Amino acid sequence: MDAIRTPAIDYDTCLGPNPDVPVYGKLSRRELLKFCAGIAATMGLSSAAGVRMAEAAISPDRPPVIWLHGQECTGCTESLLRSYHPTIEALLLDVISLDYHDTLCVGAGKQALDYKHAMMEKHKGKYVLVTEGGTPMKDGGIYCKVGGKTQAELVREGAAGAAAVIAIGSCASWGGIQSADPNPTGAVGTHEVIPGKLVINVPGCPPSPYNFLSTVLYLLTFKRPPALDQLNRPKFAYGRLIHENCERRPHFDAGRFALEFGDEGHRQGFCLYKIGCKGPETFANCPAIGFGDVGFGSWPVGTGHPCFGCTEKATAFRKPLHALATVKTLTPPTAFPQVDAAKGQGVSIGAAATVGVVGGLVVGAGAMLLKQMSDKPKATDAPNKGA
Amino acid sequence: MSTATPLRRSLITPTTLVLVALVVIAFYFLGVRFLFGLGAVANINSGYPWGIWVVVDVIIGTAFGCGGFAMALLVYIFNRGQYHPLMRPALLSGLFGYTLGGFAVIFDLGRYWHAYNLLLPWYIQPNSVMLEVALCVMAYVVVLWIEFAPAFLERLGLTGIKRVLDRWMFVFAALGVLLPTMHQSSLGSMLLVMGYKLSPLWFTLWLPALFVISALAMGYAVVMFEATVVSKTFSLPSEHALISKLSLVVGCITVGWLVLRWVDLFARDAVPLAFVGSVSVFLFWVENALFLFAALVFVTPAGRASPRASLLAAVALLAGGSLYRLDAYLVGYQPLSNWSYFPSVPELMVSIGVISLEILLYLVFIKTLPVLHGDAAHR
Repeated sequence: MDAIRTPAIDYDTCLGPNPDVPVYGKLSRRELLKFCAGIAATMGLSSAAGVRMAEAAISPDRPPVIWLHGQECTGCTESLLRSYHPTIEALLLDVISLDYHDTLCVGAGKQALDYKHAMMEKHKGKYVLVTEGGTPMKDGGIYCKVGGKTQAELVREGAAGAAAVIAIGSCASWGGIQSADPNPTGAVGTHEVIPGKLVINVPGCPPSPYNFLSTVLYLLTFKRPPALDQLNRPKFAYGRLIHENCERRPHFDAGRFALEFGDEGHRQGFCLYKIGCKGPETFANCPAIGFGDVGFGSWPVGTGHPCFGCTEKATAFRKPLHALATVKTLTPPTAFPQVDAAKGQGVSIGAAATVGVVGGLVVGAGAMLLKQMSDKPKATDAPNKGA
Repeated sequence: MSTATPLRRSLITPTTLVLVALVVIAFYFLGVRFLFGLGAVANINSGYPWGIWVVVDVIIGTAFGCGGFAMALLVYIFNRGQYHPLMRPALLSGLFGYTLGGFAVIFDLGRYWHAYNLLLPWYIQPNSVMLEVALCVMAYVVVLWIEFAPAFLERLGLTGIKRVLDRWMFVFAALGVLLPTMHQSSLGSMLLVMGYKLSPLWFTLWLPALFVISALAMGYAVVMFEATVVSKTFSLPSEHALISKLSLVVGCITVGWLVLRWVDLFARDAVPLAFVGSVSVFLFWVENALFLFAALVFVTPAGRASPRASLLAAVALLAGGSLYRLDAYLVGYQPLSNWSYFPSVPELMVSIGVISLEILLYLVFIKTLPVLHGDAAHR
């Protein structure tokens, strides 16, 4: 036990003399530490890492975040706006330094773009570039432009001076809905626009804001990306199949499926695999953390809709919604055992014979004994052989 | 005061050799069980986690071991000293019934190496019937050995210790009545959690009372059976005079049990179920017929006077009580999903071996320790 225990943290020292006074905008020091400890816990890190994250987030020289929008619905930003611990304003102003965001910035037009360029120049080599949305490549990329520049140019320009690039959402990760067949704009993911540069993908439609925030704080704290899988998704969030942690998994294993929307099985909360749930082939932590901070079951499968595989490049917008998923773990049998099948071993011939022999011996011995006793109560004088 | 003496007979006879062989077979299968697990030997399954090792060796075995309980109640509580000659044989059968019942529980436990947790107070769940049975049976095994200890002390000539023990024996005699009352009724209470899985012919809130009353009746029946068979086999003076007096007590208890059972069946409207054709219903009638036969023999003066009828009635009572327990725990019990259970040959051989060990140890003890009265003629 002692070997794996992290060095003791003196929380009183970390908290300082007045932990509950709001010092960083709206956040008190205690709230900030709690938030970062929570982030560290969701990433499987020690509470010491939480303190280090808090220190990184409030250090005056923290690198800014520059956020670009491409072909998308702004759902990822909407998702981020619904992070409640802490609230978005405390988050943006105090925890991360979101210096430029196409949707959220106060300025507009040239003023906003000038500020962006100034920030990119000032923090060259240190800022985190976040891209939201796909990048059209067809016809010179003319289908998405900001300030006269195509999205491809903007991404290349932003990535040139970035310390790290994060693609938030499925569109930025690999093109998303607009890249579905026939892909009229030639939409691609961010990593295809800037080949050779590492892009951390945080896919999802939308992704959980906490997966994004955890990634950003990890980058700020440790100056390196978290462990990534083969699609460059952080493993702490995308390391497990939805199927593995799904609250409906026992129904799958027991062969209880909803066969159409609104049927008996669907109303009873059975497994949605047979109406197209892509949980068995989709890596994401949705069943574990849910959405919107409203508690258990607040995710698609929890509300009765099949997962559509938004965090998988090959699934969302590519496979039909109600096509069967490819089960990556255990394939279900085509037929499940009948619920009323007989279970347990029956009578074997040997067992029946043993019972018969013992019963016969007992009855026989009893009969012999009674026969000997047929006379008067007095005991026979002749000694028996003796038991 | 005690005139009990060891029987001066050979320990090695054809009977004991057969018993030893059966015990060896049982221990072979127990070896397999401990090397390869329960599934390698027993047919118990998720539907029937309690097989014959529990039902025969523990539930029925301890009911057979109630001789000590029944006689202690009569001799010490109701102060009927005239029955004292029957006390030690009764205690001896109780000793082995319970000790081997506890032994059987150990090899029926899937993770027996956790069994010691029962004794750790911080793990105790005080509302658990199972815990009550476990602790109570363990305590009673200890009490039985203490109650029986004078036989060892006499044999070893430790009269000083025996005198001290005799002075305090009333404490253990009282415990020896209290503890079986508790756990024999709890063996019935354990079935209360089975609910609808148990046929209404057996399931009733009176299960604890039915179990403890029938255990008492079986305890006296064991004493009568033993006294008759032992005096017959070893050509000792018959104890029938004593037994026939005991018979009326047993008869009244048996009648009381039948009345309670049938009043309850009528009160719950469960009687129509007794007229459905099935194996369990057939066995239900066999149980009741055995109890009724025993009751009729024991309450009629003619029946009590006949040693043959008395022995037959005692056997009927033992068979009826055993069948009642077997039915309540296995035959009348149907878990969901069509589970079925019948013991495997190794499972049967283990139970047979445990019973053989019980008889074998009983024979060894009466031949080496002062247990029985009246062998003076053969010394």
